[in-house]
Amino acid sequence: MSGTATATLETEETDVGFLLRAKGDWTVRLIRGLDEPLAQLAPEHTRGYDAVIDLTGLDRLDTAGAWMLHRTSEQLRIAGLRVSYRGETPEIRTLLDVAETYRAGFNLRLPKPPFYEELAERIGGFIVAGVEEVRGLVGFFGLLLQVLWRTIKHPSRLRLVPLVHHMERAGFDALPIVCLITFLIGGVLAQQGAVQLQKFGAEIFTVNLVAITFLREVGILLTAIIVAGRSGSAFTAEIGSMKMREEVDAMRTLGLDPMDMLVVPRVLALMIMLPMLTFIADLMGLLGGMVVVWDMLDTSPGVFIVRLHDASNFWTFGVGMIKAPFMALIIALIACYSGLRVTGSAESVGNQTTKSVVKSIFMVIVVDALFAVFFTAMGI
Amino acid sequence: MDNREAVIKVRGLRNQFGPQIIHDNLNLDVYRGEVLGIVGGSGTGKSVLLRSIVGLQRPTAGTVTVLGQTILGMEEGERRLLEQKWGILFQDGALFSALTVAENIQVPYREHLQLSDRLMDELAALKITMVGLPLEAGTKYPSELSGGMRKRAGLARALALDPEILFLDEPTAGLDPIGAAAFDTLIRDLQRTLGLTVFLVTHDLDTLHATCDRIAVLADKRVTLAGTMSDMLKSEHPWIKEYFTGPRARAAQSSAAD
Repeated sequence: MSGTATATLETEETDVGFLLRAKGDWTVRLIRGLDEPLAQLAPEHTRGYDAVIDLTGLDRLDTAGAWMLHRTSEQLRIAGLRVSYRGETPEIRTLLDVAETYRAGFNLRLPKPPFYEELAERIGGFIVAGVEEVRGLVGFFGLLLQVLWRTIKHPSRLRLVPLVHHMERAGFDALPIVCLITFLIGGVLAQQGAVQLQKFGAEIFTVNLVAITFLREVGILLTAIIVAGRSGSAFTAEIGSMKMREEVDAMRTLGLDPMDMLVVPRVLALMIMLPMLTFIADLMGLLGGMVVVWDMLDTSPGVFIVRLHDASNFWTFGVGMIKAPFMALIIALIACYSGLRVTGSAESVGNQTTKSVVKSIFMVIVVDALFAVFFTAMGI
Repeated sequence: MDNREAVIKVRGLRNQFGPQIIHDNLNLDVYRGEVLGIVGGSGTGKSVLLRSIVGLQRPTAGTVTVLGQTILGMEEGERRLLEQKWGILFQDGALFSALTVAENIQVPYREHLQLSDRLMDELAALKITMVGLPLEAGTKYPSELSGGMRKRAGLARALALDPEILFLDEPTAGLDPIGAAAFDTLIRDLQRTLGLTVFLVTHDLDTLHATCDRIAVLADKRVTLAGTMSDMLKSEHPWIKEYFTGPRARAAQSSAAD
């Protein structure tokens, strides 16, 4: 297209009304400048009774240009003028016919509610969705318990191959990242503790600090959060995409229970593997602490282990380990539930995966806090 | 026949994915103002051909010229101008799911032309009417529409900038026969009124009968035959023979003759 193409418009008063000359290329790319002048044309020219639109100077016309012509002639007609076209060719007529099929005045924009209404609506929607979610989760938990009981009564219903597969995926494959992160956090904890305790000359208590915080809280929390991010999201996405492709429905029609096939193996796999991962996380955290203490305070590993014996008893370790299966249950429950809530679209898989991870991390921390209150009350 | 202006020229096109060769030395001309149907078995690269022409797929070798401009090695600005002269309807409409139908149609206006809101609404409503949708559909989101309506909305978006060339990828796939026939009529009508050149990839024999001026058959990694329906019926090529004179073809032919 040449850079000189323009769309112009000339008006001329005649004794019976006025003449409007359309010139150049009236195409969608060029009509921007015509919009305003044409809209103001009607109120300016209501004197005469005849309006002629001269099309002889038009080089090109498309549907947008035809729409401008039609809109203008309608405006003039409403203003009481008789409108006619001059120099109308068959091609122009076809386009004008297209434009005439549509009458203006339909509102295409969605009405925007006022701010306070939108705010109230969103808060309300959030609460309703939250209540719904809790009810759904509790119901799903009940269903899971029922299916687990059935599995215990008839162990042959348990699918061993998927169970082992998920144990490998969620447990064994998570080892490197769990080891690395807990080792580093153990080291950081020891280093920060040592710097502060040195001020009191109590640096040897760094061992107590690392042992107690890691065994009771940090080991299980870190592991649960890593697993929620890694396996929780994977569970939701796997089940969700199967739901989306109607594989879950296909299972039902073939007489297979998705709870048996998809949910039970994942829940059991996580409940078996998370305590094991926590155990290894505890070891790696202590190892990280030991290395730092050795380096910073010249406390040899032998001394570290002796101090460890003094600082902790079985329950320091037990408190952390007891939480692990519960955390696993929460993560797997939320992940599988979110996966089964996926509807037809791919966006909903993404949405549910995000929700599943956020919810399970949140619940892991809430349950950890509840356990802390409980153990303190029990004096353990 | 040869003095007509070819708006799309494909020469020596070669497309290769790893060891698998899809097209080899493929030549094709699309003339101004015609409806060209592309047919071929599954996996013969019909959609790949479309994607190579519009520059979504970089061919291994060969040249593609659209409206006198070579697609490969084009400058960004030139490319953007050229892209405004064609409209593409993807298989399922490919509407942006976060926008309403009207907003979808307005995307190119917003992006390329600074039009007033009022004018954009008017033009969007005009396009919605043109593709035979009720105006109420304009305020709906793509997920609230049926498959046929989504395709019409996609067509409205493809027509937003009044393109010269329209690319359609399987426009009637997934529609019921009544919806498909209505869509065929719509394409033909729009093509006549707007003087469009249409490049149509299809499986649908009814669409070929109802809308296409010429047909190009993709087989053996290239365009084996390009011509009218009667050329197809005369061909001795086994695949073409099977396709155009098989049992389903006879049904389509008799319904087209009615």
